[in-house]
Amino acid sequence: MDLIISDYNYWVVIFIMMTGLYTTLATSNLVKKLLGLAVFQTAIFILYISKGKIIGGTAPILIDQPALYSNPLPHVLILTAIVVSVATLAVGLALVVRIGTAYGTIYDTEIRKQHDAETRAKGNKKA
Amino acid sequence: MNQLASLQIIIPLIAAPVCILVYHPRITWLIATVTSLFSLVIALMLLTDIGDHGVISYAMGGWSAPIGIEFRIDMLNAWMLVIVSGISFFSLLFAYTSIKQEIEESRIFLFYAGWLLCLTGLLGICITGDAFNVFVFLEISSLSSYMLISMSNIPRALTASFNYLILGTIAGSFILIGIGLLYVMTGTLNMIDINTSLATINHSNTIHTAFAFILIGTLLKAAIFPLHFWQPNAYTYAPTAVSVFLAGTATKVSLYVLFRFAFTVFGVEYSFGMMHLDIMLMVMAIAAMIIGSGVAIFQTNLKRLLAWSSIGQLGYIILGISLLNIQGFTASLLHLFNHALIKASLFMAAGCFVYRVGIANTENLKGIGKSMPYSMLAFIVGGLSLIGVPLTNGFISKWYLLLAALDQQAVFIIFIILFSSLLAIIYVWRIVEIMYFEEPTDATRNIKEAPITLLLPTWILVFANIYFGINPQFLTEIAGRAAATLLGTVK
Repeated sequence: MDLIISDYNYWVVIFIMMTGLYTTLATSNLVKKLLGLAVFQTAIFILYISKGKIIGGTAPILIDQPALYSNPLPHVLILTAIVVSVATLAVGLALVVRIGTAYGTIYDTEIRKQHDAETRAKGNKKA
Repeated sequence: MNQLASLQIIIPLIAAPVCILVYHPRITWLIATVTSLFSLVIALMLLTDIGDHGVISYAMGGWSAPIGIEFRIDMLNAWMLVIVSGISFFSLLFAYTSIKQEIEESRIFLFYAGWLLCLTGLLGICITGDAFNVFVFLEISSLSSYMLISMSNIPRALTASFNYLILGTIAGSFILIGIGLLYVMTGTLNMIDINTSLATINHSNTIHTAFAFILIGTLLKAAIFPLHFWQPNAYTYAPTAVSVFLAGTATKVSLYVLFRFAFTVFGVEYSFGMMHLDIMLMVMAIAAMIIGSGVAIFQTNLKRLLAWSSIGQLGYIILGISLLNIQGFTASLLHLFNHALIKASLFMAAGCFVYRVGIANTENLKGIGKSMPYSMLAFIVGGLSLIGVPLTNGFISKWYLLLAALDQQAVFIIFIILFSSLLAIIYVWRIVEIMYFEEPTDATRNIKEAPITLLLPTWILVFANIYFGINPQFLTEIAGRAAATLLGTVK
């Protein structure tokens, strides 16, 4: 019980992370896949940020030698990771738009059906 | 201070937006090619510099390590830089003609801009000595490679690229988690610094978790056998020049990240002594060598066949590492270079066929050897090199691998290496038979030989295959020294 309460931030992170990963793998809607991925990445951001936060700590700027301060570096790193995640989402959504126009659907299962039909058509031609 | 190290990254990074501003397809090609040539020259200068004076440490922006980002270049990095920029240069020579057919003209400038960004990312991963910087460059190269793959005019390239995006992002995120956990434990991001701090703290579960995340992330990006799902489709449907570039560089760079983390950051004693990475890699290598080459036999599309063969060949590279002796490491690093060269020349030869017949499947290639003899010959020489016939560079790396296995008295491994080579003979021979001995159809009889602009880069690489097969001293010396630095970083 103590483990759960004192380290609750990690449990939150694990829960969000797994939710995201599950969404990515389980859904056949490509947009939802990307959203799952975004949730998954957000959990990593929380992991970094919660590690850098000390309750009651200040920012180590403008004060000479503060007694208790939070490490700003994880926040800066995560700023970079957020940019990366936004870029990934943008590229992913652009791809989904093009998939939508090329196939007329954004469902994984439908796309696979079309691929199968194509392969079968080729096989028939050969025979 | 010597600025070569930063120029290695900055030149392609600046050239990429210039491409977008210039817009004109031919001029953007010229910019990309000249930039790659510059990168290659700089990489070679760095390599000779390190050969003479030892490790180069460059403080980015004048902030010295461990606070600032350090570019730390030893023999292994410089070796990787030469491979990446070299393959990029030669595949760009090939791209000029082959891309015209596969991408709309109005988007060609974007293609070369993406290419340069991808090059920046790959070079950055190799050159940096900062763990978080690895992640940033990894994402730069990944995002641009998703874009490069999706540029092809085949609709399936889109889904291939999308699947790569999902798995690549998961892999990148895993690496990010691993680096984060390491930072939590050590309070630093500099690779050498992490290594020294790890030696002083007890190995807790957090470190084990970090190791596992980084391992899975890099193996996924490197398409090592059970984690290879994105790779065959991506290589098959991407524009051929992109297949050449990515097959030669992207997966190898991911393997480099794995080696760098296992040896430099975690240290040999931790990765191999405590976590038994060698056993895991050996199992994966054996599976990859047999299944990768085995599946390649049944492929009807030439590019897909080469993609599966890549999965098998990457098995050799990790097998060398898993043998845990200096010959094994040397063999690994040799094969890293040789396979990049072999696969690039084979994909180029496949690209020559694609240029003439559209989709290079066995149906369209029947008897094509008679109408396209030079492309055919290039494919045969590349294939022989892939099998590991003497006088080709593929033989050299396999020879070293066999020596390493003999040294460990691993008879089973020797058997597996020979068996996998046998499978390679089968899948290469099958294609050669179809292209050379089957009766040409009406379509293939009237096909012209590929244009000289495609044949020239192909044959340059094919000759390089033979040249390095006959004169391997230069390569083996560098690979040997790189292997020594890999071990030397911890001792």
